Amino acid sequence: MATAEEIKANVKQYILDKFLPGEDPALLENTTPLITGGVLDSISTVELISFLEEQYGIEFGAHEMSADYLDTLDQIAATVQSKSGS
Amino acid sequence: MRTLHGLLRDSARQFPDRIAVRDPERDVQISYQDLDALTDVLQNALEQAGVEEGGRVGICAAKSIGTVAALFGAMKAGGAYVPVDYSAPPTRNAFIFRNCAVKAIVIDRALLEELVNEFDEEAPETVELVALKPFGVDLLLLRGLNWLEDGDSGIVDSPVGLSYILYTSGSTGLPKGVMHNHRSALAFVDWCSTVFGPNVEDRFSSHAPFHFDLSILDLYVPIKHGSTLVLVGEEIGKQPLALAQLIADERISAWYSTPSILRLLIEYGKPELHDYSALRIVNFAGEVFPMKYLRATMAAWPHPRYFNLYGPTETNVCTYYEVPETIPADREEPLPIGVACSDDRCRVMNMDGTDVAVGESGELFVTGGSVMLGYWNSPERNADAFLVDEDGASWYKTGDVVQEDENGDFLFRGRRDRMVKRRGYRVELGEIEAALYRHEEIAEAAVIAISNDGDTHIKAFVAWAGEGRPSLIAMKRYCSLTLPIYMIPDSFVFEDALPKTSTDKVDYQHLMAQA
Repeated sequence: MATAEEIKANVKQYILDKFLPGEDPALLENTTPLITGGVLDSISTVELISFLEEQYGIEFGAHEMSADYLDTLDQIAATVQSKSGS
Repeated sequence: MRTLHGLLRDSARQFPDRIAVRDPERDVQISYQDLDALTDVLQNALEQAGVEEGGRVGICAAKSIGTVAALFGAMKAGGAYVPVDYSAPPTRNAFIFRNCAVKAIVIDRALLEELVNEFDEEAPETVELVALKPFGVDLLLLRGLNWLEDGDSGIVDSPVGLSYILYTSGSTGLPKGVMHNHRSALAFVDWCSTVFGPNVEDRFSSHAPFHFDLSILDLYVPIKHGSTLVLVGEEIGKQPLALAQLIADERISAWYSTPSILRLLIEYGKPELHDYSALRIVNFAGEVFPMKYLRATMAAWPHPRYFNLYGPTETNVCTYYEVPETIPADREEPLPIGVACSDDRCRVMNMDGTDVAVGESGELFVTGGSVMLGYWNSPERNADAFLVDEDGASWYKTGDVVQEDENGDFLFRGRRDRMVKRRGYRVELGEIEAALYRHEEIAEAAVIAISNDGDTHIKAFVAWAGEGRPSLIAMKRYCSLTLPIYMIPDSFVFEDALPKTSTDKVDYQHLMAQA
């Protein structure tokens, strides 16, 4: 089972590569708002979910595609862990 | 005079017990008879708030049966509704409401505080719309708005029969209001009747938000024919799995959305899990549908008829093309936008105002029943927007470059100006630049769009006057304060100064080459 730190590192790299190319990695913090901060729009959020489902073998319900669950790296890690049952 | 709300009155008489609108998320629905009565209640509340002939009514709420009732109530009161994107920054929405001096606003309680914070005026009076409570919505009516007493006397009277104003991205940095009256909207609705043959058994989707012009077909075609309008909430509307399920569960028979949404549905929604046998029409509009995604959609849903509908907000739909059942396998060029709708005429012109020879490209001009009255309170803009011919007909200049093919269908070739489509939304690159220029540390800003495989990538070039360089995250967050999310640039490039042409204007060609 992946630890929260491993999940955050993995997702952080994915977001940097895909949606923030060239950004200084240190500026993407665990609490940086992604959906409410204009980094992820609806289509990129769907892409992120698809990445998480594939990487961690989990499934997202429709209501979970929102800033309540996925706005920061901290929230993303917590959501993934709760689904992985760890 | 025929009106949009007259369609509801007629259907309430003809089909009193049929379901007019269904809200699957809240699992509530309303019959024609009850919707007609509910909209009378709204009409009354709006009249008491001082809405009269031509008065504008702001709508700032997510989709619900209550919101639909508010649109009809505004028109029944003789007014025109002005719907805004409730998820857009409140600054932008307050600008729109002030720009057309709305007399009243119907607003979701949860959005009240952030909007009212934008008002310099005294806090308005709020009235609870209790009649809407059974439909699971908490809408308030704001009245006593006194924009005009603020010294802003530039507001004109509404044109006769104004039914709604839809604000779209404006190149000067501020949204502009496209005005339609009952007649122009009905010209389009009546055309839909002839082409789609709606009937009482039909179940139409309402996917587009009400501030988006796709909503005109969604709302008024089913109401005219006694069909059922199925509301798709703005949140579910972006969630492919939930959306794919909803279309099947609700037995939608006529679907309408942008190609971006269809692509999302087919790619991520697992449509193979559901039964779509009720679906008989799929309409798409708002942007080019790349062939590979259209093919994937038609493979997943093989039996409905597909229509490519074209038209800026200013004209409603003005051309259409029915997609043939089989498309040659080697065709990669997007499908035509087709031929003029029955009530409209099109012509293609050169820059000098002469008609192009058949087969050559030029700008598309449109005249006819479905064309707008003009932009709200903008005489100069209106003078630029239309060309009046020798017979006195006003031709709207679409700014779209088209070419007629050998079958007489128009092909879309691009834009003449700096407007692009992203996720089906109109984006004036100038509006993004204006937002960037408001930043203290930005000395110059230039925004370009790069199209790649059906996606529009927006890139901003910025001359930065501050210390060091700002982060991409900080710039996106800054933009999210004043721009809707679909306008936020994907990437930023920071320079000391932007490249210039010999006349000292920003050299966009150089920037395009650099990108």
